[in-house]
Amino acid sequence: MQALHLRDARFRYKGSTGWAIDGVSLDVEKGEFVTILGPNGSGKSTICMMSNGLVPHALPGDLEGTAEVFGLDVRDHPVAELATKVGIVFQEPESQLFCMSVEEEVAFGPENLAVPRDEIGERVEWALELVGMKGYNDRSPFSLSGGQKQRVAIAAALSMRPEMLVLDEPAYALDPIGRIELYSVLKDLKEKHGMTVLLAERDGEEAAAFSDRLVLMKGGRIIKSGPPRLMLRDPEDLRSIGVTPPQVADVAHLLNARLMRSKFSFLNVDEAEKAIVGEIMAHKAGGGK
Amino acid sequence: MIPSAPSSTREKIVSVQRLKFTYEGGVEAIRDVNLDIGYGEYIAIVGGNGSGKTTLAKNLNGLLRPTSGSVVVGGKPTSEQNVAALARIVGYAFQNPDYQLFCSSVEDEIRFGPTNLGYPDDVVHNNVEKAIEAMNLEHVRKLPPLSLRLGERRRVSIASVIAMDPQVLVLDEPTTGLDAEESSELMQRLKRLNDEGKTIILITHDMKLVAEHAKRVVVMAQGRILLDSDPRGAFSDHEILRQSNLEPPAVTQLAHRLAAYDIPRDIISPEELVFHLMKAIGGT
Repeated sequence: MQALHLRDARFRYKGSTGWAIDGVSLDVEKGEFVTILGPNGSGKSTICMMSNGLVPHALPGDLEGTAEVFGLDVRDHPVAELATKVGIVFQEPESQLFCMSVEEEVAFGPENLAVPRDEIGERVEWALELVGMKGYNDRSPFSLSGGQKQRVAIAAALSMRPEMLVLDEPAYALDPIGRIELYSVLKDLKEKHGMTVLLAERDGEEAAAFSDRLVLMKGGRIIKSGPPRLMLRDPEDLRSIGVTPPQVADVAHLLNARLMRSKFSFLNVDEAEKAIVGEIMAHKAGGGK
Repeated sequence: MIPSAPSSTREKIVSVQRLKFTYEGGVEAIRDVNLDIGYGEYIAIVGGNGSGKTTLAKNLNGLLRPTSGSVVVGGKPTSEQNVAALARIVGYAFQNPDYQLFCSSVEDEIRFGPTNLGYPDDVVHNNVEKAIEAMNLEHVRKLPPLSLRLGERRRVSIASVIAMDPQVLVLDEPTTGLDAEESSELMQRLKRLNDEGKTIILITHDMKLVAEHAKRVVVMAQGRILLDSDPRGAFSDHEILRQSNLEPPAVTQLAHRLAAYDIPRDIISPEELVFHLMKAIGGT
């Protein structure tokens, strides 16, 4: 049973003439970290909102094809039920935070599920530690930086102990340091906790490097999907759908073109540094000037 | 000591002297800023969230007035000019275009500013047509602005500022929420306006955008200017960028790590980096 299972799924928002997603087949396996890359209007938000039933329950429309979350047809199960399995984080942390303290914010979900008090406390501590916000319990969410707010929003989703975390452009409102904080949390969730994650992004710079799989979308359809190294081999594949590829992928691609062989493939700055230094040393050892 | 701006010899359109700005409630957003901007410059004001860059921008067109110090625009302090007079010199496009849009059609929206400033009909007509052309909105001119996609709404909000024909355009995070294609179209159109003589002030934290477009970069943190230089100079000082919650583009970071191998530190594009790498690995 997959975390998310879509087969020829189509969805058209009520009142709209076009299909927001138009024949999408996508599986997210348990423990997998999948990033959807696509420009505005590609359908990635619709898939995110379908994963916890906001589509079609809160945002109605015509849904065709198979759309299952942990084996449950999203048509037959309300958001309240799907929300125990899928935690969702949106673009703007401000739109999700409303409590007086970070602790209340993170405890809100499990309190509503009538989780015993002791366990709520444990969950709050666990979730805050996971996002690097331990000790911020009594702070007002509104006194935090953008990156901290978004990490509290993630903690609030995690305290429900979801089986899958879905994030729709979570770095949208963050400055560069906020982005770094956010992606390091996402990387930890994958590498240390094996969390199942579905991430939607408009820009390939950060997430491409540590995702298990990239899914390129445009116009409600999946154009291509595969492991990052394969998907970034030719950065034009991303550019052609209107997504900026990571700069290091451009560097590898340009180097390969100049050398006329497929030698390099970089997913991040560390990898690029290591490979290039190796190449320079080899050149020097070989008597190059 | 802040290095002097590359274009300080040009005639000034904006001159900020010892500016302090404190919000009601006591938040000191601008602590001490001195900044001259010449006619026709393309300048980026960069900094993390809370660095004071938006507050500075709002001081340039009189949306906010200095707590102390002065902002001189078009030869006169903003404290002595009303908003209408300032709007003819400095136009400000908000980060969220929906704060600005309220008319029932794109062309009404764009016509509102110049009409409101009392420009004669033929000038209004001319300005509106030029603004529609400049922001590529001909195909949506009769539609309600709020029915458009974000990229188009952003261009409508900028067009409605351009239609007042200000010498200076201040754009607050104009590419937030836009995808690569929308962003590139907008930036090309801004470049054309700059080529035609408009002064462009870009407020952003997107360092790739700055590397590609700005000719001068002012780095802000905690209400102060930390650095004022060309993009290469700004990107080569990683310590200052970090202090202001910014991060240089990935290729610049990579170039820094390879500095020991004769790779210059001030690289801002993949093409440049590959050019130098080929020399280092003995390619041609």
